[in-house]
Amino acid sequence: MAVTLDQTIAQKQHSFLSRLFSTQTFWVVIAVILACIFLSFATDAFATSKNLYNITRNITFVAIIALGMTFVIITGGIDLSVGSVLCLSSMVLAVTMHAGYSIEIGILASIATALAIGAFNGILIAYLGFPPFVVTLGMLSIARSLAMVASNNTVVFQFGPDHDKLLALGGGAWVFGIANPVLYMILLALITGFILRWTKFGRHIFAIGGNEHAATLTGVPVKQIKVAVYMISALSAGIAGIIQTGWLGAVTTNLGTGMELQVIAATVIGGANLAGGVGTAFGAIVGAALIEVIRNSLGLLGINAFWQGVFIGGAILLAVLFDRIRNFRRSD
Amino acid sequence: MAVLELTNISKHFGAIQAVNDVSLSIEPGQVVGLMGDNGAGKSTLVKMIAGNFHASHGIMRMDGKELILNKPAEARQHGIEIVHQDLALCNNLTAAANVYLGRELRRGVGPFRILDYAAMYKRAGQLFAELKSETRPRDLVKQMSGGQRQAVAIARTMLSQAKIVLMDEPTAAISVRQVAEVLNLIRHLRDQGIAVVLISHRMPDVFDVADRVIVMRRGRKVADKTIASSSPEEVTGLITGAIEQVS
Repeated sequence: MAVTLDQTIAQKQHSFLSRLFSTQTFWVVIAVILACIFLSFATDAFATSKNLYNITRNITFVAIIALGMTFVIITGGIDLSVGSVLCLSSMVLAVTMHAGYSIEIGILASIATALAIGAFNGILIAYLGFPPFVVTLGMLSIARSLAMVASNNTVVFQFGPDHDKLLALGGGAWVFGIANPVLYMILLALITGFILRWTKFGRHIFAIGGNEHAATLTGVPVKQIKVAVYMISALSAGIAGIIQTGWLGAVTTNLGTGMELQVIAATVIGGANLAGGVGTAFGAIVGAALIEVIRNSLGLLGINAFWQGVFIGGAILLAVLFDRIRNFRRSD
Repeated sequence: MAVLELTNISKHFGAIQAVNDVSLSIEPGQVVGLMGDNGAGKSTLVKMIAGNFHASHGIMRMDGKELILNKPAEARQHGIEIVHQDLALCNNLTAAANVYLGRELRRGVGPFRILDYAAMYKRAGQLFAELKSETRPRDLVKQMSGGQRQAVAIARTMLSQAKIVLMDEPTAAISVRQVAEVLNLIRHLRDQGIAVVLISHRMPDVFDVADRVIVMRRGRKVADKTIASSSPEEVTGLITGAIEQVS
């Protein structure tokens, strides 16, 4: 039977399953599940509600920033300043509230600071053509220094009249005993996923990462979108900073040191491609989860904590290795 | 009436005179081959029509009305579409997403509008069927052949009611079979009454598909005649300068 042109055009080449199996995120999910099953049998402490509560909560701070970072990485950029922005936002919140202002004003100041830094990064990158690596590396240094200036390099642990509200915001468990940070993470992941899949803005982010020149030629507002993604990334760091402040109950100027690397690791493990054009919200969460499960399991299995870096680094390489193998097969 | 008319158009960059006093007019449904050696001013001329550059002197008219373009988006609003030499495709997106890039269809109310995947797949599929190209709207462009990629880039120009399509070296880097496909796509556009400007180095393609040929050399228009009244030998002579000028 002859196949008509219309039939060919209407044909879906890939079924849902074949697409699922071809994603890196799927295999990382399998890895996380297998690790959890193994750990539940291998140790008594893993599958306890207390440990699971800890794991899910520990995932959140890296995961929330990884969601913001996903936007940047899809456009083919990178944001190294998130750890310092987290620290600065926390410090602005802490100092504002310590000075006697309400939690609302504290959060507003903190978010505004994060957005201003994101806008600064974005404008330098999009309009002045600075390389993202250099701009955000500079900001990594600047933001942490500003946090030290703001607090005179002291620890802030008294948050004025709304002290308890802030601690409840970050440390409470308002719904079904799930830690609040986890709820925020789920909410933000849903929003991120929605933006990436269903909005014009999301589509344009992928287009910029795929072929920036083509995006410009077809009338995509490339510069504005680039500024927006760095603002989103900084905003996610700011939000994580606020939540972490509430959870820890104290802010020091070394908060979030080295966090940018964990965040980038999480997005890459979750399937985002540093060359741009690929990435998902779910992947960012799963990547953060794998890192945390590895870290948690090493502790429970009684392996020296010094080995942590080896296992996490190995996971990064392994995740990308899968991607390479798939590409080799495709190019054959 | 001419769909596009250029009168005494010049463009200089500092001391360099890229385009010098060029006048031409293009009728609807006409395929015009624009030929010339590298640096002859073809791309500069096309970029002025596409809204990338302002002309230093001269007037452009579309359907008799003066046309002033400040950016490429405005050219598109006036029905001027471009198929870029590198096609301007995003490999990581589907064919349909590329067709609609920069003017995605959305559904919903007010600020709550989401991408209308179904409508975009459907319309892109119709365009590929019209172009007689075996291109699936859901496939990623990265997996496509040169001819299919051309079809995606050309389908883009058919989304809105284009009046004139500028094609920059569409047959430069593809196989012989695919060249035939692309020339068919051009005829298809012509049959719909769309004017096509084909910028090309390839003599056989121009003589195969064009109605008229315009030759440029060192910024000047040196020939503008019907294909029937010219020959590849004459055009070659005009491009190289062996023949000074014909009228």
